[in-house]
Amino acid sequence: MIPRLELRNISKRYPGVVANDDISMTILPGEIHAVLGENGAGKSTLMKIIYGAAQADSGEILCDGKLIEAHNPATSRALGIEMVYQHFALFESVTVVENIALAVSGAFDLNALAAQITELSQRYGMPIDPWRRVHDLSVGERQRVEIVRCLLQSPKLLILDEPTSVLTPQAVTKLFETLRHLASEGCSILYISHKLDEVQELCDSATVLRNGKVTGTARPKETTAIELARMMVGSKLPEMHVTPSVRSEKPVLTVRSLSAPAGKSGIALSDISFGVHGGEIVGLAGVSGNGQAELISLLSGERLHRDTGTIEIDGKAVDRLDAAARRKLGLTFVPEERLGRGAVPPHSLSQNAVLTGHKAGLVRRGLVDRGKANGFANAVIEKFKVKANGPQAAAQSLSGGNLQKYIVGREITLQPKLLLVSQPTWGVDVGAAAFIRQTLVDLSRAGAAVLVVSEELDELFEICDRLLVICQGRVSPPLMRTQTNREEVGLLMTRIGGNNETGRSGPVALQN
Amino acid sequence: MRFRIEQRPEPSASMRIAAPVVATVLTLLVGSAMFAVLGFDPLSTLQAFFIAPLNSMNGLSELLLKASPLILIGCGLAVGFRANVWNIGAEGQLIIGAIAACGVGLFYPDPESPLLLPLMVVAGAGAGMLWAAIPAFLRARMNTNEILVTLMLTYIATLFLSWLVHGPWRDPAGFNYPQTALLPAAAMFEPFDYSYRLNPSIFITGVAVLLMWLFTDRSFLGYKMSVGGAAPLAARYAGFRESAAVWTGLLAGGAAAGIAGMAELSGPLGQLSPQISPGYGFAAIIVAFIGRLNAFGIVLGGLLMSLLFLGGETVQMTLGLSSSLTRIFQGILLFFLLAADFFIFYRIRLIPEHA
Amino acid sequence: MDLFLAIFTGTIIAATPLIFAALGELVVEKSGVLNLGIEGMMLMGAAFAFWAVIAGLPMPVAIVIGALAGAAASLLFGVLALTFLTNQYAAGLALAIFGSGVSAFLGRNFGSSPIDALKPVHIPLLSDIPVLGPMLFRFDPLVYLALVMFAVISWFLYRTKGGLILRTIGESPETAHAIGYPVIKIRYMAVLFGGLMAGLAGAYLSVAYTPLWVENMTAGKGWIALALVVFATWRPLRVLLGAWLFGGMTILQLQGQALGLAVPSELLSALPYLATIVVLVIISRNRQILALHFPASLAKPFRPAS
Repeated sequence: MIPRLELRNISKRYPGVVANDDISMTILPGEIHAVLGENGAGKSTLMKIIYGAAQADSGEILCDGKLIEAHNPATSRALGIEMVYQHFALFESVTVVENIALAVSGAFDLNALAAQITELSQRYGMPIDPWRRVHDLSVGERQRVEIVRCLLQSPKLLILDEPTSVLTPQAVTKLFETLRHLASEGCSILYISHKLDEVQELCDSATVLRNGKVTGTARPKETTAIELARMMVGSKLPEMHVTPSVRSEKPVLTVRSLSAPAGKSGIALSDISFGVHGGEIVGLAGVSGNGQAELISLLSGERLHRDTGTIEIDGKAVDRLDAAARRKLGLTFVPEERLGRGAVPPHSLSQNAVLTGHKAGLVRRGLVDRGKANGFANAVIEKFKVKANGPQAAAQSLSGGNLQKYIVGREITLQPKLLLVSQPTWGVDVGAAAFIRQTLVDLSRAGAAVLVVSEELDELFEICDRLLVICQGRVSPPLMRTQTNREEVGLLMTRIGGNNETGRSGPVALQN
Repeated sequence: MRFRIEQRPEPSASMRIAAPVVATVLTLLVGSAMFAVLGFDPLSTLQAFFIAPLNSMNGLSELLLKASPLILIGCGLAVGFRANVWNIGAEGQLIIGAIAACGVGLFYPDPESPLLLPLMVVAGAGAGMLWAAIPAFLRARMNTNEILVTLMLTYIATLFLSWLVHGPWRDPAGFNYPQTALLPAAAMFEPFDYSYRLNPSIFITGVAVLLMWLFTDRSFLGYKMSVGGAAPLAARYAGFRESAAVWTGLLAGGAAAGIAGMAELSGPLGQLSPQISPGYGFAAIIVAFIGRLNAFGIVLGGLLMSLLFLGGETVQMTLGLSSSLTRIFQGILLFFLLAADFFIFYRIRLIPEHA
Repeated sequence: MDLFLAIFTGTIIAATPLIFAALGELVVEKSGVLNLGIEGMMLMGAAFAFWAVIAGLPMPVAIVIGALAGAAASLLFGVLALTFLTNQYAAGLALAIFGSGVSAFLGRNFGSSPIDALKPVHIPLLSDIPVLGPMLFRFDPLVYLALVMFAVISWFLYRTKGGLILRTIGESPETAHAIGYPVIKIRYMAVLFGGLMAGLAGAYLSVAYTPLWVENMTAGKGWIALALVVFATWRPLRVLLGAWLFGGMTILQLQGQALGLAVPSELLSALPYLATIVVLVIISRNRQILALHFPASLAKPFRPAS
């Protein structure tokens, strides 16, 4: 059988890093093929090269036995290669049908296209309204739009980049059904993931990447998770030490009946109440885009709202205080966006230390103490093993994972009473992720209150003492980690309070 | 060979120094070509433009005299530009500063008071700041684009000046010329030497340069503003207020321009007329960019720009070429400089055809 | 009645250069690029068109030359902003200064005598209708061209795939690139179109509106056109209405001076600038309305990842 897609010795380097090193693989028609690897292994770069959104430095790509030359996304689509991005390639300001019209050739007839979209989306069991603005869609609905956009082209090869990171466990099942349906019709599927269980459930074969190199191929259904993990990580997985938490008597962070109108992404918060005590880690689980960003920016003081008395730090109402004033009360914060929010891209690491470290003696009498800033940056670099050309390296020159380590390190070094962390280990390799998680645990055991927002349920179950679940701007009552499980959290991720979407109600092990 | 443009991992320090030099050289080359096309000998024209003005003590005095307001305003504007606060109405703030200073100079009860000159400095700075406070307020509170507001206010300031010197402030003994009476001696900066026009107001510029250096290189305030300019979300994350940056940026520019207007009035001019500034307020924008928004760069940029003004006047007098050449040169220089900056952050890499 | 007619036709004529320049800038900004150099491009257009008329070229050719001069000027900006990823504010300002220099230099020998202005059309029958004829059918051809451009741009932006691509590039060039559109090329085309329109606006000023060479004859109209785009919250119809509003303001000021109102002429002259500020304030206060049609990537440099 002629392979649907064949890669021969693909290499791609970016300044300072080899993203893909001599990668070869073969995908047959109708095959569901996994590309497995941890964050930063080079999966996304490889997919961009296949799709033509990036060009390989060397190597060959063959589609149906024919060499692809000078290719870009448009020529890829002409060949029947379609891609669903991890971060969706959708325009918010226009409608679903307009978004899809941009990707299909032929006459510009929105009405005809809309009818086609409705028909196709029904057939594959993921209904969407073609006339809605993408701005108003949930993340799950946006993914449907992406997939329908690809299916309209009757693709021969569909690439999905970490498609489940935005889905609830229940929605994942639904997606897998659709994918199997497609594969049975002869479409090859390239499935990129770092989640072993999903790959084992769905995929026929797998190519494992580590540090840009192929470290193994496998039939996931016939291989154990441990073997796959070893190929991915290369060494033994580090172990965590989580000692029992000793909670402070009074909460450090109290949120009381917090409601806020919809922000830019369109999620309103309604009636949120919870507390985080010293000595514990509280996790906030949820599918992204359910109000996490709004909640966290209200807690950090980046966004202010009109009510008072809804947020307290150490018993003090802080609703009207901006981020700087809240930091004076002992808050530090690691945001989801590293470049441009947690750090100033063109500034050096030393300058970026001053960003939040100014109260820790880096500024005296209105003047920045460069020596101290350097010292501070150096200490963070050493302690958190940040790979950088010293404290004068520009923040934008670091890899995402290393910058993440630097920002987490900076905020922890400031010895917070309350630490807010969004996605603490995004893009960080396994070893460093374990180190960051351990540091968070240690910080809480030393008495700090820690609130972790994460989309990775595994991570939350590993380090949190209590779990909150956010869905559609509502937050569940807290769940004790030891008394709950993934299924229960997964259910809460789809419905909290009155808004029934799909699931049935089940027994919920609530605290108190 | 193919080539590819790629981002440098670190901004290049050597390109940072080379870029303005290369830009200046390219401007001179294009300038020569332009002169040649116009039928003038490029070398002698360039000589007249760039060398002749510096051949005498008077030339040097004029160079500094013209560079002084450019550097002063450039420093003030750069404070705001660092935080993406685009005050491009320094010309208007300069005019209003000069008007306020002139008002004090003309109407202060004791025309011989030693306090007169300091008071005029204060009036100039204050009025410049007041004029800049309008866009600051509108941007900080009403989210109104400051580029357009500062610019519209410049047109309004020009019209206001025109009304004053044609109307209420016109010198009755001035043969109907649109200008005010001459200021009393105590309202004037006394030149260092009466053969030349350079006067002590240049020390104000010196102080401004030092303050600017302290502000950009050392101060926490300057740091906060550069964060706001480079990454607004990071500024919000750290709790640095955008409105503080807006106010600081616009008021600094307004104060500097107002003082510059006062210094022009109390220096070379001596009275108010519609032609108070040959476009210093606009040229200072270029000076700030040539100087990369940093104090000593602005000094060099101010000297260069002053030379362009002088050169324009010289070729107008000696060769009969229009002084609008100055603006063309300014534009070309800025074009090349902005383009050259690209190579600080990016490099071109050649890729052999068969890699 | 005569006064009303004068004000009405005067408004339409005064609005014409603003319509050209602001519609051009609207297209540029919709693609996510901010070109502040309209004033410079207009001055280039004005100077080159005037030069062409003096040189004895036919009027239509002169107008085309003016438009091309604006486009050439915009290309300078485009190279800086799109290829060299320069700060777009700085590049636009450089263009404004450069354009005024070139136009002043070119205009140094133009002298002070007027040229034969662009002639109004005379449409048989229509132009002769009483009242309506002089009101609607006796303008010069460029007035009608401005309205045609309005219709074409509205249709293009909201009814064609090209317009959809342009708008979405203005929202997110990264996404547009990811699905395979040549972002830089399309932005170049938008910038050139903006230059063409600004050049046309300038040409209108020098060969039709005031067929007499005055240095800096735009007197801030380029900047007002920029303000109009904000005022219109990036919608073509509102650009048209805004231009008429400002045109009306200009004519009222001229009429006021002609009638010898007991107000200083400077105050009347300041009216359009004051009005610009007031209108900007009113529009900008409501961030939500602004955000609705605002090109989200405006003035942000973009380089396709390779």
